[in-house]
Amino acid sequence: MSVPFVIHVIIFKYVPIWGWTLAFQNYWPGKSFFDQVWVGFDNFKWLFRDPVFYQVLRNTLAMSIIQLVFGMVSSIVLALLINEVRLVFFKKSAQTISYLPHFISWVVAANLVRDALSTDGGIVNELLMSLRIIKEPIMFLGIPKLFWWIIGASHVWKEVGWGAIIYLAAIASVDPNLYEAATIDGAGRLRRIWHITLPSIKPIIVILLIMNMGYLLSSGFEQQYLLQNGRVIDYARVFTIYELDYGIKMMRYSFATAVGIFRSVVSLVLVFGANYLAKRMGQERLL
Amino acid sequence: MKVRRMRLTKEDLILDFVVYTTLIFLVIVTLYPFLNTLAVSFNDALDSSKGGIHLWPRKFTLYNYRSLLTRHQIYNAALISVLRTVLSTFFCTFSTAMVAYTLSRKEFVLRKIISFIYVLTMYIDGGLIPTYFLMRNLGLTNNFWVYVLPGLVTAFNLIVIRTYINGLPESLIESARMDGAGEFTIFAKIVLPLCKPVLATIALFVAVANWNSWFDTFLYNSSNPKLSTLQYELMKVLQSANSMTGSLEQALAQAATGSVNTITPRAIRATMTVIVTVPIAVVYPFLQRYFVHGLTLGGLKE
Repeated sequence: MSVPFVIHVIIFKYVPIWGWTLAFQNYWPGKSFFDQVWVGFDNFKWLFRDPVFYQVLRNTLAMSIIQLVFGMVSSIVLALLINEVRLVFFKKSAQTISYLPHFISWVVAANLVRDALSTDGGIVNELLMSLRIIKEPIMFLGIPKLFWWIIGASHVWKEVGWGAIIYLAAIASVDPNLYEAATIDGAGRLRRIWHITLPSIKPIIVILLIMNMGYLLSSGFEQQYLLQNGRVIDYARVFTIYELDYGIKMMRYSFATAVGIFRSVVSLVLVFGANYLAKRMGQERLL
Repeated sequence: MKVRRMRLTKEDLILDFVVYTTLIFLVIVTLYPFLNTLAVSFNDALDSSKGGIHLWPRKFTLYNYRSLLTRHQIYNAALISVLRTVLSTFFCTFSTAMVAYTLSRKEFVLRKIISFIYVLTMYIDGGLIPTYFLMRNLGLTNNFWVYVLPGLVTAFNLIVIRTYINGLPESLIESARMDGAGEFTIFAKIVLPLCKPVLATIALFVAVANWNSWFDTFLYNSSNPKLSTLQYELMKVLQSANSMTGSLEQALAQAATGSVNTITPRAIRATMTVIVTVPIAVVYPFLQRYFVHGLTLGGLKE
């Protein structure tokens, strides 16, 4: 009874891979497959000569790394903090509120970010002005150099609580006897965190780090697309935006397909590399 | 930590202080943008552009909502959003469960190959342009079903449900088979009811993803306003706001293309944001219960 679904997955997931042939043609819609002009690797040659491609690569890697590092560190810190709370009600509420933003769409989140950073009454400008750090409101979203960090910060804002769940689960499974023993030996709370909690969750930190490295080229598009504007596009353009601009807007279908293939193949190598690395380090079966 | 309450040392006090202040700060930072948007949506639009609206409206008005909710397009978009969410959730959960059940049967010879076909899709995708052409060739552009059909069975959901079914006692299924029940009866009468917790989780995953999705509307259905969704409408408002510098004059010029001069893009965005977010807030209690459950279920076992 799963036959129709297998046909379904082949149509929707594997037929597009057949569509990779587009990249080796000078594709024009309307012509049949056999009438297309075949151009070999020309589109890839153009791709590697396009300065925008290197910009896209740089932006994607930079933002992915910022998100990965700050996302993980903030989630781990949050998990440790929540774990230190003894008032049950406060603990539950803080946790529940912290992962609320995970469930809203990036469209909504981008709206909130834009408002918080706006020059007419945005809270960030207001706070900085009332603290006398700045005199004039700053148009944060118009400054190219800041764009990566705004993306990083909004990613942390949206995902920190959600990311903490997995670490909290790991902390919960730490043997309480260890803490007890440490207390008897005279270790304070900070030393217990440092010498027991952190080492106990180290394996999960390592797995998640390695796994996320597999997604360095595929992380994020909505955020960048929704928060960008003409002034910062040189720092905001990531792979999917590149594909959209060249493919759908400029109708350079074959070229954009080549971009997609590059991203897909490199990602695949990264994922399998990450998986291999995880196995080498004694973590079984990530795939 | 289950350490017995002892005398509080200086270290404890400082640590507690740091913990509570940081968490309170986090709660404020998380909630403020939502509450601020809520306040702006109930505040007079021109008054809001003077700035200084924080948690409470200064000049209370329902005008923003009234002017948005009288637009026919909003209702249509809401209807499409609800429809796609409901249909996707139903079809996706049911079909994923069905495939998961087949793949959990040890006597099914093609089990390994089919599993592999699905798992591989997690790591490789055809990319934007080939997928776009596929949808076009299938007649799925400017078509409602592009919201439901492509994502019917996804590898991640499949693995989560299959793992759960594998954990069910095999003897139940065996004994039903002895009693002469067919595969479909076993699936519908025994497996499905037992899978309720995991199905609830998957259903919520799918529902939230569908409700929040705008890119498919943008890519495939943007030329047909009848198929627009709430998220896409909000995205359009955001995009038009992004292309401006954000000064008041331009905001007003933009607004003048609408009806009266008393609604600004900022107010429209705030009001739309609230309308789009309310359904998520309503189901949030369920979400957080089942999602957390599902995360540990899918994440740690596999």
